Amino acid sequence: MSQIDYLMMPWYKKIPYRIYIGIKGIVLGLIAFIIAIPKRTVKICKTIGGGVLSYFRAFRYGDIKTKLSFIIMGASNALRGQIIKGILFLIGEIAFIIYMVKVGVSQILGLRHLGLVEQGWTFDEELGIDILAEGDNSMLILLYGVFAMFIVIGFILLYISNIRAAVTAEEIEASGKKLPTFAKDIKDYFDGKFYKTLLTMPIIGVLMFTIIPLVYMILIAFTNYDNMHQPPGKLFTWIGFGNFKTMLVSNGLISSTFWPILGWTLIWAVFATGLNYILGILLAMMINKKGIKYKPLWRTIFITSMAIPQFVSLLVMKNMLNAEGPINVLLKNWGLIERSLPFLTDGNWARVVVIVVNLWIGIPYSMLITSGILMNIPDYLYESAKIDGASPVRMFRHITLPYVLFVTTPYLITQFIGNINNFNVIYFLTGGGPSTLEYYQAGKTDLLVTWLYKLTVNSKDYCYASTIGILVFVLSAVFSLIAFRRSSAYKNEEVFQ
Amino acid sequence: MKSMKKSKRFNNGLVYTILIVLSVIWILPILWIIMISFRAEQGAFKPYFFPKALSLDNYIRLFSDTQQFYFFRWFLNTLFVAICSCIISTFFTLSVSYVMSRLRFRLRKPFMNIALILGMFPGFMSMIAIYYILKGFGISQSLLALILVYSGASGLGFYIAKGFFDTLPRALDEAAYLDGATKSQVFWKITIPLSKPIIIYTVLTTFIAPWMDYIFASVIMGDNYDNYTVALGLFKMLEREFIHQYFTQFAAGAVIISIPISILFISMQRFYVEGVTGGSVKG
Repeated sequence: MSQIDYLMMPWYKKIPYRIYIGIKGIVLGLIAFIIAIPKRTVKICKTIGGGVLSYFRAFRYGDIKTKLSFIIMGASNALRGQIIKGILFLIGEIAFIIYMVKVGVSQILGLRHLGLVEQGWTFDEELGIDILAEGDNSMLILLYGVFAMFIVIGFILLYISNIRAAVTAEEIEASGKKLPTFAKDIKDYFDGKFYKTLLTMPIIGVLMFTIIPLVYMILIAFTNYDNMHQPPGKLFTWIGFGNFKTMLVSNGLISSTFWPILGWTLIWAVFATGLNYILGILLAMMINKKGIKYKPLWRTIFITSMAIPQFVSLLVMKNMLNAEGPINVLLKNWGLIERSLPFLTDGNWARVVVIVVNLWIGIPYSMLITSGILMNIPDYLYESAKIDGASPVRMFRHITLPYVLFVTTPYLITQFIGNINNFNVIYFLTGGGPSTLEYYQAGKTDLLVTWLYKLTVNSKDYCYASTIGILVFVLSAVFSLIAFRRSSAYKNEEVFQ
Repeated sequence: MKSMKKSKRFNNGLVYTILIVLSVIWILPILWIIMISFRAEQGAFKPYFFPKALSLDNYIRLFSDTQQFYFFRWFLNTLFVAICSCIISTFFTLSVSYVMSRLRFRLRKPFMNIALILGMFPGFMSMIAIYYILKGFGISQSLLALILVYSGASGLGFYIAKGFFDTLPRALDEAAYLDGATKSQVFWKITIPLSKPIIIYTVLTTFIAPWMDYIFASVIMGDNYDNYTVALGLFKMLEREFIHQYFTQFAAGAVIISIPISILFISMQRFYVEGVTGGSVKG
């Protein structure tokens, strides 16, 4: 269908067509992504295979010193005069071997069962009474196992760089040049390899505080680490995709909590993002309108609300909306109501109130973001539209909105994902409440993330919490995938520079 | 012609009315909490809106109480954590963003993709694991743990600063390389001095974070009152058993925390907008 055909369509045909295009885009995107997986895997395997092959060749054709460094790390470097470098490699190897012999092997093997001996009472012959025998702690076994795996990966990287260094040293020697001294190597870390120096500390930080915990929690999603299996008293073990089954397809309480909460999360994200965005643009337009005075003053008034820490403003809101809070007091004093309105205590009221309060927080954001863009819209567009007799609503729909949307689509998508993960508004305002017996450990306004929080902190159902975390990740990943495929800025990142 | 002018005036009048009404809605909660912080009568909720008498008592008591709510100590805790974590995170963020923007190496794209993927997991999914790792090091419930949590993974938040470095002219670097400068010299002597705005932005945002965070602090500190931060303390004041006695003090604390943060935020809104729109567009 051509552009003209689309424009000629009546509006009631346009909407389904848009939806159809949107869904088609998502499906095609997903298919393209899935098709790309085997291709990528093959590519990665080829890279790894090529790497292994090259090291094999290095072993076969290298001289004795290089061959030796396959067993004694750093041998090639040390024997060719790079003594400090060689010794450093050797220290790394010895430390790794000691670690593996002492604890590493048993830690990795522990991952198979996550502990076999349960804590319990055993009869002590000498004392003649029952004593508490310490059992295995599945949680620690899993944590140490994950650590051990990362140490092994780290060692493999060290080993590879050892072989590379060995081969390079041999090549340099063969070409008759002098090998770089240790001081020169160090110097290189401030020039050619400067990126390694700068990245080391941040990467260690990310490993310790993001990647290792994340791997640990992802693994937890495949165990039965719920409140019935709490170490050190009880053991937990692998159950495969059991949690996903319980969460998604079983008839139990957990899956009948999951689906409504997922639905509410999506409704919330759509409303919170869409309303904030459109109303924010309208506010920005009003402030930017010609003939309106004191523009900076108006802007500052609205920005003040977003400058206040969210937990403060939300807690204040919560108290204002209390049954005995000032809003109810004011309404009563004015004689508008007799009994307090159940702002946060009735399920449906609370859902609406949460969205409305979020407007209070979110509109200034989108006002601030879109104000600059609005000023860039050329005036002649509006003027020619006016001459053609367009109404303000029409001008907004056909000039302002498309223009702003074009620039802020990435922002809108990040906002949407941010709202799926919006913890603060729900937690501080309603705490997920009003609570209900229909749900497992959740209330009527709980989002997936606040439910996740409650499952970890209140009921210690870590395996379910991790499962939700993975599902939220899938949700965000799908939306980001679409967003990034559509934004040319991402593809042209290099060109822009 | 006259009628058009009239309708314009009417339009503007309408806009003014809407703006005034909205301003009242936006200002009202802020005014209310400021009013409560000066209210002389104790207790959480009163059947009237405006306080009957005003005083500074709430502020004085907030800082002099050392028994139940040691606010002054929590204030110093937060300040300490904020200063330390802001130094570490600024260093981490700037190094990563500079590397990703200026230096070319084999794993650059994969690193950026991994950062993108990691950002899609809900942040506090790994909270419990972090808690146990910190416990393994024997530093859970300490301020050091909090500093590490706030700054440890800050290397992932490099996108905004990278967007800034992308806009710096490359010709400067190349001129320096021709004169024989090393990469580290270019970083320290050319890029850093030119990046004042983004350094200020990074310092301020990372400095503000500990004042605003509740979730991580609550999981890591548990019941160790001595090491609470202000956010934890203020939240505690609103718990059912304390709210009637401490509500006005909560208001005073909230006002005191909000004023400096609001001023910082309003003064850097320009960077904020550039960060959000510019940063995301530039990828």
